Amino acid sequence: MLTLNQLMPALPEIVLACTCMALLMLGVFRGDSSTRPVSWIAVLALVVVGIVLTSVQSGRMTAFGGQFIVDDFAHFMKWLIIIGSSFAIIMSINFNEQESIARFEYPVLILFATLGMFMMVSANDLISLYVGLELQSLSLYVVAAFRRDSLRSSEAGLKYFVLGALSSGMLLYGCSLIYGFAGTTSFEGLATLFKGLGGTGPSVGLIVGLVFLIAGLAFKVSAVPFHMWTPDVYEGAPTPVTAFFAVAPKIAAIALFIRVLTGPFGVLIAEWQQVIILISIASMVLGALAAIWQDNIKRLLAYSSIGHVGYALIGLAAGTEAGIRGILVYMAIYLAMNVGTFCCVLAMRRTSRMVEGISDLAGLARSQPMLALALAILMFSMAGIPPLAGFFGKLYIFLAAIESGLYTLAIIGVLASVIGAYYYLRIIKIMYFDEPAEAFDRTLSGETKTILVGTTLFVTFFIIRPDIVVGSAETAARMLLAG
Amino acid sequence: MSDFPILSLVTFLPLVGALFILIIRGDEEVVARNSRNTALWTSLITFFLSLMLWIDFDRKTAAFQLVEKHPWIESFGINYHMGVDGISVLFVLLSTLLTPICILASWEAIKVRVREYMIAFLVLETLMVGMFCALDFVLFYIFFEGVLIPMFLIIGVWGGQRRVYAAFKFFLYTLTGSVLMLLAILAIYLQAGTTDLPTLLKYALPANIQYWLWLAFFASFAVKVPMWPVHTWLPDAHVEAPTAGSVILAGVLLKMGAYGFLRFSVPMLPVATDFFTPMVFGLSIIAVIYTSLVALVQLDMKKLIAYSSVAHMGFVTLGIFTLNQQGVTGAIYQMLSHGIVSAALFLCVGVIYDRMHTRDIERYGGLVERMPVYAFFFMVFMLASVGLPGTGGFVGEILVLVGLFQVSTWAATLAATGVILGAAYMLWLYRRVIFGKLTKDDLKSIMDMNRREVAVFTPLLVLTILMGVYPGPFLEIIEVSVANLVDQHKTAMIAINALSVAGQ
Repeated sequence: MLTLNQLMPALPEIVLACTCMALLMLGVFRGDSSTRPVSWIAVLALVVVGIVLTSVQSGRMTAFGGQFIVDDFAHFMKWLIIIGSSFAIIMSINFNEQESIARFEYPVLILFATLGMFMMVSANDLISLYVGLELQSLSLYVVAAFRRDSLRSSEAGLKYFVLGALSSGMLLYGCSLIYGFAGTTSFEGLATLFKGLGGTGPSVGLIVGLVFLIAGLAFKVSAVPFHMWTPDVYEGAPTPVTAFFAVAPKIAAIALFIRVLTGPFGVLIAEWQQVIILISIASMVLGALAAIWQDNIKRLLAYSSIGHVGYALIGLAAGTEAGIRGILVYMAIYLAMNVGTFCCVLAMRRTSRMVEGISDLAGLARSQPMLALALAILMFSMAGIPPLAGFFGKLYIFLAAIESGLYTLAIIGVLASVIGAYYYLRIIKIMYFDEPAEAFDRTLSGETKTILVGTTLFVTFFIIRPDIVVGSAETAARMLLAG
Repeated sequence: MSDFPILSLVTFLPLVGALFILIIRGDEEVVARNSRNTALWTSLITFFLSLMLWIDFDRKTAAFQLVEKHPWIESFGINYHMGVDGISVLFVLLSTLLTPICILASWEAIKVRVREYMIAFLVLETLMVGMFCALDFVLFYIFFEGVLIPMFLIIGVWGGQRRVYAAFKFFLYTLTGSVLMLLAILAIYLQAGTTDLPTLLKYALPANIQYWLWLAFFASFAVKVPMWPVHTWLPDAHVEAPTAGSVILAGVLLKMGAYGFLRFSVPMLPVATDFFTPMVFGLSIIAVIYTSLVALVQLDMKKLIAYSSVAHMGFVTLGIFTLNQQGVTGAIYQMLSHGIVSAALFLCVGVIYDRMHTRDIERYGGLVERMPVYAFFFMVFMLASVGLPGTGGFVGEILVLVGLFQVSTWAATLAATGVILGAAYMLWLYRRVIFGKLTKDDLKSIMDMNRREVAVFTPLLVLTILMGVYPGPFLEIIEVSVANLVDQHKTAMIAINALSVAGQ
């Protein structure tokens, strides 16, 4: 019998699901005029979910017959997702009104995606993994095409959908192979099975299944060679949506990646480590090189995020507690840097139209010195220059790599970060060294400004007490590997 | 020893000044004036505070002094650990001395975005001082690499024609070296379990990994020094940077690399240091001779002095790797005097550049007729750069040569030819700019130095002469720490040789 107590671990998800449906009802009956209240209620709901999450949390718990797991790791990642999602909603409120695409479905869809991400983070079974992933993906396909009368946005949505369906197919195929050869879909069952293998090693079918699974997940985190959709979708989607894509779904997919590979497949590290190393190198190098030739800021940020995922995967390739801690710290900092940067992109508006060319930033340091300063800080941070937060993200990742003896990977990583520094510097160069272009409209909403200031301050002053983030990341990593 | 956190105060006071400048409001003229004043006063107060280091410093011990230690990143075991010894304390003073001079020198030369300029300089001062005081490897690295941010902006925003190219080259060259060092730092942390410098100095790292670590450090410090063949960023950066940027670059930033060798490579990696010494000698001698020859044919004054800096820094690396008392002391002394002299030379170029807006040597000649005071100042610094006895440059060079002679007569002979070439290009530069007939029309109305400019040069002149005729007080500070460094290296080598003999 399912008792109420057994549902307790999933309470945040239940609250979130109920709010989603209630808001959907509200929106349907009130129409588009309710967009603003629905958005704010959605943000409020996310905050409430966060509070519930914190109060329910106590150690490691499972629910739904072991399909669903809650631990410090899930807790940490869910908090990042809450922050990413609520910022995405807040940033969109004014933007959607200005672009006259304000519809109540937007916050609701973001909430559904968030729910899917929560499921992904807490998945403890191949089935619940897939359910969470699909709930997330389906919501995202729709938001990508949210500006439905724009060709680019529809194209982005369609592209994302087709490629996403392909990757889901691969993932599902991988899952079925694993099930076929292992006889179970439960992560715990798989872990026990692999531990019992001893010296014989897993069968080829399992390895093939694992490779398909990794390919599917690599698509979701947009790692090379499954990155092709990223620049187009980033460019085509409305800017707040791009901001959302850059953070929350990536964090969820990385969390899933970590949980699957270090959990059930943890003992098979010898089988997947090389794959992850290759994906990581390819992502870092391509992210660094391809971004150099971009003229559109959103495409540039797409390649930048591909590069960042490459760095995060270094921590996964290490497969150790230090590695996972590194990824968690990296993702937290990545979240702040990207949200801040996209706030700046939102400010790029001239005569009531969004501009996206990097050259449009020319001379921003004179026309809007504070905005330029914030963006410069964020860019230096993305390049990983101390004393900014981005440096610490890289520090913990490379520490893990060296600890696990992945010297080549670490050296390629730091050299790629130097190449990457070039295009971040280019943005700073355009803002500070070039002659001013026409000024931007000053239409950035108060809320977006607050987010920008907040994230910039976080990035700047992270150095004073890094342990606040690193400490909880460490507990989360320890708990994940202890299980 | 007092509990007063003097080092933190000296380090972070400029940052407080920068925050003040950030909140100045008003129209452009008011902001510019207030920014200048705030920056000048902040840096002057910082300088006077830093003089307390000179007074409080105990000259009899090689241990780190005025130490401050607070837990910082506990998950990593990193402390906020500051302190100075005989090797670093004078560089702190050099940094705090040059910053107000730079600000004063940019008083009229910088007309646009004064606020940002002053903020960049004050932030730069914080990072430079912090770097010399840091006693934790990661803390050091943060200051070391953080310097790139303000310097990149200073070159890029207020620089000359090709400033963008120079700024990028500077940034990417130095970053490439630094990131490799970061990996070495992490490897050391995993090996020794700490990044605390005093602990690491006592820790014997296994010989087989020392070579790799040494090379990683070398990648970073050699670019920063800069050593041949990775010096090419320096002439570009110097030529394009505004005068004050060149001053800081030559005066302090180049010393960061050599300081890194002294602080990390030599004491922590004795085996590898011994192994690579011939390579360093080779590269340094090439630097001394080759860049001196290149300096001879330069048409641009700043480029000439930039190449002379590379040559002088070649002497410094030679001195450091002699690993004897005279050589290392000489290297440190040479760095200090070069810090003052090259800074002054760049300021000299700045004086006439502000008037004529050109650095072409051909465009000048016969300046002594219109600018006698300027000719006098320029002459003293030019002779100090040549290494004339009675100037600071002499003491450093002679000590390095004495130290080097004990190690290798060949290296000493070749290095000494560099001194001759140095005299050749500097004297020739002086002749072409100052002497001869004043024939160019636009030079006929050129004005001599004003009071502000004299005020900028006077402290540098006094120090140059003082360091030349009375080096005692400076050497007294350096000696004990250097003796300790040299001893430790010898002990470590004896221990390792004994071990390898026993192993056979």
